[in-house]
Amino acid sequence: MNLTIILFIILAAVAVASAVGLLVSRNTVYAALYLVLNFATVAVFYLLLGAPFIALAQVTIYAGAIMVLFLFVIMLLGSEVLPKAKVLPWQRPLAIVLTVILLAEAGLLLFQRLQLTVGLANPDASVNTTAALQDLANTLFNQYLLPFEVTSVLLLVAMVGVIVLTKKEKGEPG
Amino acid sequence: MDQTIPLSWYLAVSAVLFTLGALGVLIRRNPLIIFMSIELMLNSANLAFVAFARSFGVLTGQIFVFFVMTVSAAEVAVGLALIIIIFRNKHSIDVDLMNSLKG
Repeated sequence: MNLTIILFIILAAVAVASAVGLLVSRNTVYAALYLVLNFATVAVFYLLLGAPFIALAQVTIYAGAIMVLFLFVIMLLGSEVLPKAKVLPWQRPLAIVLTVILLAEAGLLLFQRLQLTVGLANPDASVNTTAALQDLANTLFNQYLLPFEVTSVLLLVAMVGVIVLTKKEKGEPG
Repeated sequence: MDQTIPLSWYLAVSAVLFTLGALGVLIRRNPLIIFMSIELMLNSANLAFVAFARSFGVLTGQIFVFFVMTVSAAEVAVGLALIIIIFRNKHSIDVDLMNSLKG
């Protein structure tokens, strides 16, 4: 057991536990905070995989922007705790059985068929240099320039769409 | 003593997170939590992307993660706006009440 494996196991346990916490918490605010914890652990995974830019983008975009938007909406709606609705009796067991099957399929594929035993070594110090970031920027702005520009149009459309959707029409009460 | 972690371990974590996200979509009826579960699934896919990028030694996987993040930001903005409109019309956001297309 070396340090990397111990770190990996702890991170994996925290990630899975926070995902389970998201599923079982009745209060939506707690669920959002569990998800923030999950995003933070995944960001540390990215650091382990030698992708510091993606790790920081994860923290700022997901844990920062997206989850704050979620928290705003949760508090705006005042729907922290939903009243217990009547549930279909077979829904929850069926869902659990189906997801167990899905997980078993994934495990079978990963560990029986693919046998991806290639080891991923710890990143060396070169991933933290400017040259590594320049490589990423070169790929993004040369090879993937068109998708990058299309992304800006997508964000613009989403922004305009949200404004149009939530605008109150003239004479509408409330 | 080797300092390497097999690629399949990362993919296993990714698969477990994806499965938990799918379970959340199936069993919860608060649309906000369903949304968060979808984010969890996108995130697990991102983890698999970065692990494969590291394994093959290419940067393309990281670029894809960047695009997935942007698309999910747009998706969350539109989805939350829809939830707000539904709440304004029905005064509840329980998914069981959203059974008619007419507002």
